[in-house]
Amino acid sequence: MNLKKTFIPLVNPISKDNPVIVQVLGICSALAVTSKLEPALVMAVSVTAVLSLANVIISLLRNTIPQSIRIIVQLVVVAALVVVVDQVLKAWNYEVSKALSVFIGLIITNCIIMGRLEAFALSNRPWPAFLDGIGNGIGYGLILVIVGFFRELFGSGTLMGYQIFPQSWYDAGYMNNGLMILPPMALIVVACIIWVHRSYNKDLQE
Amino acid sequence: MKGLKKKIDSIKPQFEKGGRFSKLQSVFDGFYTFLYTPNETSASGVHIHDSNDSKRTMITVVIALLPCCLFGMWNIGLQHFMATGNPSREFFSLFFYGFLAVLPQILTAYVVGLGIEFIVAQIRGHEIQEGFLVSGILIPMICPVDTPCWMIAVAVAFAVIFAKEVFGGTGYNFLNIALVTRAFLFFSYPSKMSGDNVFVSLGGDKAVDSYSGATPLGQIASSTELGAAVTNIVGDPLSFGDIFMGYYPGSWGETSTLCILIGGAILLLTGIANWRIILSALCGGLLMSAVAHNWASPLYPATYLDPITQICFGGFLFAIVFMATDPVTACRTTVGKYIYGFLIGAIAIIIRCYNTGYPEGAMLAVLLMNCFAPLIDWCVVNSNIRRRMKRLTVKNS
Repeated sequence: MNLKKTFIPLVNPISKDNPVIVQVLGICSALAVTSKLEPALVMAVSVTAVLSLANVIISLLRNTIPQSIRIIVQLVVVAALVVVVDQVLKAWNYEVSKALSVFIGLIITNCIIMGRLEAFALSNRPWPAFLDGIGNGIGYGLILVIVGFFRELFGSGTLMGYQIFPQSWYDAGYMNNGLMILPPMALIVVACIIWVHRSYNKDLQE
Repeated sequence: MKGLKKKIDSIKPQFEKGGRFSKLQSVFDGFYTFLYTPNETSASGVHIHDSNDSKRTMITVVIALLPCCLFGMWNIGLQHFMATGNPSREFFSLFFYGFLAVLPQILTAYVVGLGIEFIVAQIRGHEIQEGFLVSGILIPMICPVDTPCWMIAVAVAFAVIFAKEVFGGTGYNFLNIALVTRAFLFFSYPSKMSGDNVFVSLGGDKAVDSYSGATPLGQIASSTELGAAVTNIVGDPLSFGDIFMGYYPGSWGETSTLCILIGGAILLLTGIANWRIILSALCGGLLMSAVAHNWASPLYPATYLDPITQICFGGFLFAIVFMATDPVTACRTTVGKYIYGFLIGAIAIIIRCYNTGYPEGAMLAVLLMNCFAPLIDWCVVNSNIRRRMKRLTVKNS
């Protein structure tokens, strides 16, 4: 029972309290980086790393940060971590870093991060805060990966750059769906995920 | 006919509550009311009854579409025979070539669209709505003749589910279903929906040497010589009469101005389409074309067309007669209808003239104004309320 309680911050955000499909936060990056699966995965990992570390740092500092300047402090911590992530990406995976361009920098403005810092890290101990960061990162990343999966599969016929649909399909008249690559389709895919999710979780229905 | 009615009435109890096929009640009801006017009447209150229910309305629109539809089929054959150098102009061989070319598309649109409607009606326990009767015939008519059936199936499924059923079904959609289908195809499979090679059905035959499949608007958008005369697919110049009759390639339902006018007349005489929308859209289109024509610029070749020719080309008239007047997606208020129609006409011509990426803008203009229709209505209603409130306070003081 106690163990279960410890892991609530980790498990809850994955489905019941998902930052994207329940709280509807972080939608802009879900549109921007999901036209291919690989950037979506990298984005998911980056956000998870930034969020969990920022959560721990803010949680450690929570008793020393004055109330009136807490947003500035949070921003400084997040910005520092984002710069680190950005540099690591540039060093190890330059291609993806180029594909993601400003969106790594824009993790700073991701509403999920500020939301978790404000709502959770400021009032909890470092360990639960860390779990909360990981959980929300996974919850966010999961949606990104699902959206990226469908958009790349139907938009380009590939996954992670590998051809999935065989050439014979294209010869028979199949064509990639160009709308899948455009941002509106990301919203529609997210809407479909919300649709499926809510029909399984009746208590979330309004 | 009496025998049919008797037979249907005799199997009716099986579909009612507790009957053997009670699950299929909505399907039965759909077919029953399609054939016969329902005899249910309201028991209390005062109601005005009109035998023109939504099924009759839809059928009237389909009848109004028939001239365009039949001419379009014939025109497909004509374009095919011209492109392949076949000198035969026999009416029936032209017509049947076109008929067979589009039949699979029409069937696909109906089977997929009605299939989804039937399934959703069963799941929700609603009556089957008849909105798709018109959309099903409209969809192939506004697509290029060679659109593959599977693309139409995907697009119809997308449009019916995401533009109609998620909002509550027929009568609750805020976008025109046929246009959503076309927009989906247009953005998903651009190479099959625009360009010079999709609007004439070659059917595997070799084209003659002088052949070019460009539509008149396509020719104008890509022309380098200003004021160049538009030609038909084998290079002969098109006269205004040809343009008015519609002897040129295009999405097959929308080329003939004459047939659209006949269809429009049927809709106006039966009171199904609203004349305010058509009139104001025509005004908007003509005015915008006149403005564009007056300040024509070599950067935008389409601005050199004179207003009347501009209106007769492409899908403009078809869109304002059959799409903009859709009572579900148009404005409800009288003033709103004028604004809505005018903006559709003006925006369609603006897109056509000044966005060189799109030779035709009627589809995007109608969809855009569909989105704004509720806002226009809201503004009209509120300004009305404000005006009357002012009158009220003046009187009181």
